[in-house]
Amino acid sequence: MAELRINLAGIESPNPFWLASAPPTNSGYQVQRAFEAGWGGAVWKTLGDPILNVSSRFAAVHFNGQKVAGFNNIELITDRPLEVNLREIYETKKRFPNHAIIASLMVEPKQEKWHEIVKRVEDVGVDGLELNFGCPHGMAERGMGAASGQVPELVEKQTYWAKEMAKTPVIVKLTPNITDITVTAEAAVNGGADAISMINTINSLAGVDIDTWNTIPHVAGKGAHGGYCGPAVKPIALNMVGECARNSRINVPISGIGGISNWKDAVEFMLMGATGVQVCTAAMHHGFRIVEDMIDGLNNYLDEKGLTSVMDLVGKSVPKYSDWGELDLNYKVVARINNDVCIKCNKCHISCEDTSHQCIDLLKDANGNSQLKVREEDCVGCNLCSIVCPVEGAIEMLEVPSELPPMTWNEHQAVIGAASGAIDPVAK
Amino acid sequence: MSSVNQLRVSLDHLHENFQEAYPGLTKQEAIEEANRCLYCYDAPCINACPTGINIPSFIKKIASGNLKGSAKAIMEANPIGASCARVCPTEELCEGACVLNHSTKPIRIGNLQRYATDWAIKNEQVLFEAGKRNGKTVAIVGGGPAGLAAARELARLGYEVTIFEAEEKAGGLNTYGIVSFRLPKEVSYWEVNQVKSLHVNIRTSTRVGQDISVDEIMNEHDMVLLAIGMSKVPDIGISGEELSGVYDAIEFVKETKTKPISNRLLGKRVAVIGAGNTAIDAATCSVRLGADNVKILYRRTMSEMTAYEFEYEFAKQDGVEFRWLTAPKRIIGDEEGNVKAIECIKMALGEQGEDGRCRPVPIEGSEFTLEVDAVIKAIGQSRYVELIEQFELEHMDGVVKIDPGTFQTSNKKVFACGDVIFGKGQGEAMVVSAAQQGKESAYAIHQVLSNPVSELA
Repeated sequence: MAELRINLAGIESPNPFWLASAPPTNSGYQVQRAFEAGWGGAVWKTLGDPILNVSSRFAAVHFNGQKVAGFNNIELITDRPLEVNLREIYETKKRFPNHAIIASLMVEPKQEKWHEIVKRVEDVGVDGLELNFGCPHGMAERGMGAASGQVPELVEKQTYWAKEMAKTPVIVKLTPNITDITVTAEAAVNGGADAISMINTINSLAGVDIDTWNTIPHVAGKGAHGGYCGPAVKPIALNMVGECARNSRINVPISGIGGISNWKDAVEFMLMGATGVQVCTAAMHHGFRIVEDMIDGLNNYLDEKGLTSVMDLVGKSVPKYSDWGELDLNYKVVARINNDVCIKCNKCHISCEDTSHQCIDLLKDANGNSQLKVREEDCVGCNLCSIVCPVEGAIEMLEVPSELPPMTWNEHQAVIGAASGAIDPVAK
Repeated sequence: MSSVNQLRVSLDHLHENFQEAYPGLTKQEAIEEANRCLYCYDAPCINACPTGINIPSFIKKIASGNLKGSAKAIMEANPIGASCARVCPTEELCEGACVLNHSTKPIRIGNLQRYATDWAIKNEQVLFEAGKRNGKTVAIVGGGPAGLAAARELARLGYEVTIFEAEEKAGGLNTYGIVSFRLPKEVSYWEVNQVKSLHVNIRTSTRVGQDISVDEIMNEHDMVLLAIGMSKVPDIGISGEELSGVYDAIEFVKETKTKPISNRLLGKRVAVIGAGNTAIDAATCSVRLGADNVKILYRRTMSEMTAYEFEYEFAKQDGVEFRWLTAPKRIIGDEEGNVKAIECIKMALGEQGEDGRCRPVPIEGSEFTLEVDAVIKAIGQSRYVELIEQFELEHMDGVVKIDPGTFQTSNKKVFACGDVIFGKGQGEAMVVSAAQQGKESAYAIHQVLSNPVSELA
């Protein structure tokens, strides 16, 4: 049994699974149910001046009969009075002193506003603060959330104001609705952030109803963009976490958010530099009970890997994440088809033939049965065939030895620069 | 009667037993199953379908919510695709070829096909249009699967097509010969109406040779297609076949589809002779008519039985008893001329016969008697030899000889397809094969009629 406790910039929790600031953490009742189910921490639904919400708020993207590949919402921050939230935070913390409660905060970009709210939430005993600079809908139209999170100066300044008052660690939650998230991450660090969390939701329109021509969701026939999350956004989030983790100027812990649905996703985020993870959509889809397998699966994984603490995972894949120019141009893999395992759906053939490099031949054996064969000399190792293959073990991407030593694009350019006219050192 | 049977059969409301046995897939089930399809390239299921339905394509269309396109893809390739969705031996055809047999479990293609065609039936879709009239006429004798398929394709090619159908309704076997609880006649009627909507003239209750002469048909059409199928069950050739309570299986099933459900078998004991699909239909019909005990007597063993595996399973679940290596010797009647028993003899399998199956040989002295109230004969079907001879076509015991490439008979103006060409090592007995032959005959007729250097001259 490995140690699952984490310490994220001084915030401790019994495991790395926190509920993200969202509908699941709207009230003390919910957060206490979550802690009973096993969640290690909860980022309380964003506090600020109570707002008015609309009816019809969520929508999801279903894919090939599978529900909730992606999730979209137009709900705003808390619509309950601050006093009520603070009382419930106090009661929850009292009942669960070892669990982490982080208050998510969003106020107008004014120093006194930040000072006031930081003081009030810290007075009830939260373990940390998360500044919501990411909410992309509604609040952004009022100059808060993503609107301030997209301006590096505002990120830095507001972080600074919060830090002026804060006694607990300050996490800055970043919006992905920006060209380069490392810019705002760096601004947060410059403002004194103790940690950053990412990603908030991505601007989205879940769909259009092709019968009524209304947006999905719609409010009395009218729609507005929402924030997208759920499994579909995981690769986007993972990249942003990785980009920040490998950036030497962003030297604070990261709380990873975005499409984390199970322990494997959590492991990936931690390997890519996150110290812990936050979950919302998966809990909204299945209830708080999903954390049981997250904890159990993570535990078994750590045991299997011989790791004594989950913290040993943090950042282990970061050195393996780099720029394209650092990739070895002479490394080569090719597809090899195991015809004994292959069920002859021929999807690899048609995908390669139509959309990749035309190197999988559809042959007939002596009995007239189809046989698939890769012309390895023409295979570029794109992986497409192994991606579309429905059977495990039927297509293997095999490393083939290169006659040439490793050579990256950057090295290649350097060589060309040094000796133009020399023999091209890259295998063609 | 077995407990399984009691669950499946109502003795108080017999007509309810003839409602379709399996409910179709729900929308949710259909979408889940459709999404499980791998959408293979050069899919083996297509090759395994005698009519070559583009199965991955119609399944993809179900997944995408394009049900009209799905139904059209099915019916395009198979004009009786709604019936075939229910009666095809899919585990021997498309589902048997599904590549997922090698990894998980095959896609339920038949059920998906039913889902898409049921949608078209329910939404009263008309899927095809007649081609521009080309001024040529074709007479089709017989409005069963083969005749309908040919008519549909010829009408799309612009021919003026007339179907001559002896029965009151077209559809043939699908309308009259397959039990309601597997194929409700409304499904067959819809397929007939699809053909009618292409301005095909279907002259029902018109028995060629009686109500209209062969000469008239031959003289008034540019081409004739014979798709008359097969006739009633032949006599077994034992004593007592004339007794009251002895039935022809085809007629027996037909009655359940055309007349109010009778209660004359309620509580009775029934022996069915034969173990083909019609025998199974007769046996399961008997169970649903409230018979107390139903036995299938077959002179060979289970391995030689011609019924499909799923039919056999269905009968077993209905509580039908199978008596292998048992042949009828005579049917015994009471003084009023009603069946009261059947004398049987045990058989043993001997040498292989011409058809490759082992010949059954009686075991002397093994006679025994079963007390029964009804005997249903299901030992195959006889041929419309007389009609074939009126057309002066070459045939072998009623199996019309054709050029397998063109479906042309010994008379170049007459083509033949379906059960009338099945037998003697020629053709296939499946409904789906009849449909394919109907299509191919239509193309062959078109080939000849649209070719100026026709061999007809």
